[in-house]
Amino acid sequence: MTAELWQITWFTIAVSALSTALILPLGIPLAWLLARKDWRGKSLVETLVALPLVLPPVATGLILLKLLGRRGPIGGFLENSLGLQIVFTWKAVVIAIAVMSFPLLVRSARIAFEEVSPRLENVARTLGAGPVRVFFSITLPLAARGVFAGSILAFARALGEFGATILVAGNIPGKTSTLSLSIYNEIQLGHDDQAFALLGISVLLAFGAVWFSEWCLNKNRKALR
Amino acid sequence: MVPKQKSEGTPLKIVLQNISLQVGVVQLQIDTTLSGPSTGIFGPSGAGKTSLLEIITGLKKPASAFIQVGDRIMTNTSKHFHLPVQHRNIGYVPQDLALFPHLSVRKNLAYGQQSTPENQPTIAWEHVIEVLEIGDLLERGTTSLSGGEKQRVAFARALMASPRLLILDEPLSSLDETLKEKIVAYLTKIRNEFSIPMLYVSHNPEEIKCLCDEVVHLSQGKIIFQGSPAELLTRKISKFNPR
Repeated sequence: MTAELWQITWFTIAVSALSTALILPLGIPLAWLLARKDWRGKSLVETLVALPLVLPPVATGLILLKLLGRRGPIGGFLENSLGLQIVFTWKAVVIAIAVMSFPLLVRSARIAFEEVSPRLENVARTLGAGPVRVFFSITLPLAARGVFAGSILAFARALGEFGATILVAGNIPGKTSTLSLSIYNEIQLGHDDQAFALLGISVLLAFGAVWFSEWCLNKNRKALR
Repeated sequence: MVPKQKSEGTPLKIVLQNISLQVGVVQLQIDTTLSGPSTGIFGPSGAGKTSLLEIITGLKKPASAFIQVGDRIMTNTSKHFHLPVQHRNIGYVPQDLALFPHLSVRKNLAYGQQSTPENQPTIAWEHVIEVLEIGDLLERGTTSLSGGEKQRVAFARALMASPRLLILDEPLSSLDETLKEKIVAYLTKIRNEFSIPMLYVSHNPEEIKCLCDEVVHLSQGKIIFQGSPAELLTRKISKFNPR
């Protein structure tokens, strides 16, 4: 494998892992709130979270570009106050794939939380456990499989993200090019061999992620028996 | 059924004043004082028994209520006071037992014991294990236990938290007759060994006669009789065999 292929592969894995790690602390509490509580504005939040699943990825990318660009409300603020530039950098790649994979994590985690019987949580409360202990000792361990599967799904989605990323981060070789962006690039340039090598890596990574998730889930199932 | 022995539970006044809550089509309306030490709550399905228990444990908030267990006020809606469930120290064994499936029997039992830092545990781990004969089950997963073993573990877990009151919601409803007799024997042991006041929900007057000192008969969310279990049984018999 050439140095360029290594760079693209590691860059893709790194940004995907980072984006998954970033959405976990936000996605898990949100999924729990959606599963267990009723609050004002819940439907609106539910819709907003699901939006990247139904919008064309390029449209999501365009929204992000407008928000994070130098003249955008968030991008402008970050550049003026912290001197931080987002668009067309690796940070934009992370944000784009985080936004695109966030709904998958929240959906899986929410279903997992809904499947935990509230009766178990209620009994834990009568045994003296406060809300935080109930969450970490009962709800989260019992929902762990679903939360984990959601994280893997989000990671796999991040690996393959294309539409939003290309708009907000561009396709700059060595800087923002991920596997899917590079495949597109190589096909455009007529480098079919390179494209197929990248395709092979993509298939291996996706296969590895799903296989690892299944392996962990089986292990978890055996432990629960 | 095992013959009733003299109840050793500590008398504990449970004041249930002006309790009101709409549960589906039934309006729960309770105003009474229970003096136990072991009180049966009797009534058909849908009479509001489980809702009443959930109000006492704090799991359900009533529209109005004043609830006092011993010297501790649990709920006083006129002063917007609702003691959080985790501070009530009321042991609750629901109908489906709700054993934690991801924890071993030992960890299920320890869950209740660890959770009471503010209360000095009055019940010893070894004592519970011995009375309920669950020493051999400690390392097992809860999903591999038989029905009777699950019952005993659920009782033990509730006892480990040294509750001021133990609430059992139809603990025998899903068991066959042979197993029922065995579990009644264990419940009698619990009552006699640990001196914890009990609320025992059932729709079987025989069970209540075996285990309780007084009984409250609920129908359509209201108390239609309160007295001794023997009286309840007589009333039931005379109802079915009118002269």
